[in-house]
Amino acid sequence: GPLSERRLMDVRLGELPAWLAACDLSPQGLLGGAQKAWRSYYDKYINVKRGGPAGISMLLAGYCLLSYGWNYQHISKVSFLVSV
Amino acid sequence: VLHATRPLHTTHKCLAPLPCLPEKGGEVRYGLIPEEFFQFLYPKTGVTGPYMLGTGLLLYLLSKEIYVINHETVAAACILSVIIYAVKKYGSDVAAFADKLNEEKVGKALAVKNEAIKDLEAAIEHEKKEQWRTEGRGYLFDAKRNNIAMLLEANYRERLLTVYNEVKKRLDYQVATQNLKRQKEQDHMIQWVEKNVIQSITPQQQQDSIAKCILDLKALSKSAQAAV
Repeated sequence: GPLSERRLMDVRLGELPAWLAACDLSPQGLLGGAQKAWRSYYDKYINVKRGGPAGISMLLAGYCLLSYGWNYQHISKVSFLVSV
Repeated sequence: VLHATRPLHTTHKCLAPLPCLPEKGGEVRYGLIPEEFFQFLYPKTGVTGPYMLGTGLLLYLLSKEIYVINHETVAAACILSVIIYAVKKYGSDVAAFADKLNEEKVGKALAVKNEAIKDLEAAIEHEKKEQWRTEGRGYLFDAKRNNIAMLLEANYRERLLTVYNEVKKRLDYQVATQNLKRQKEQDHMIQWVEKNVIQSITPQQQQDSIAKCILDLKALSKSAQAAV
């Protein structure tokens, strides 16, 4: 289909800049993109009849990684490492 | 003002009936990494590719101190082990409980739906019965027509009888008056005749008739004596 409506995984490497230029980067567009991403994740892993731990565990793991990344500067300081 | 030519409901998908929920979620290995990742790497690196990638990544992070080992690592390890133990031990029970709750909800909704269907079917039966009943209209109207005809006939005959009685009464009256008149004329005539006759008897005639009667009686007594 047309470039602007394809998902990221279906875009070839050479077309990546064109895809980035074509996608909707306004606030509403970003919000819509975020909603769509959450919707697809939710429908695939959480909104099922017999889900397992995978649905929320992936969210928690992502949160752990994100928070580690945000606090890396503080964690890697020597003062912090020596204090405990 | 609604423009009649503008088509409605062009953008929204039809929401009913809702599609069924999928039975199981997407496949996830070790609870953290979706199966798609392994499938993505399989053509190029085979089965062990992702594991090699993971090990290499881990060693890189550790050696370069991008991931720092401190007290938080120990805490995370303990928490993770407890969580995994709890999930492995009680996971199926919790899942069964949740399934039961779901079953009850679905069962209630189904019950409501079946109830509604039953009610509607009963209503349909009722309606059909009513429609069958209307076929008897003909009989009803015939009976009513007969009733009315009977009433009219009875009324007509009643009035006929009244007419007859009234006419008879008037005729009887006429007859009675005529009879009365005749009677009265007769009586009056007889009285008048008697009165005149009595008046016409003169005293001389009276004497003569008395003497004739005495003579007749004497003759009779003579003949009677002779007979005895």
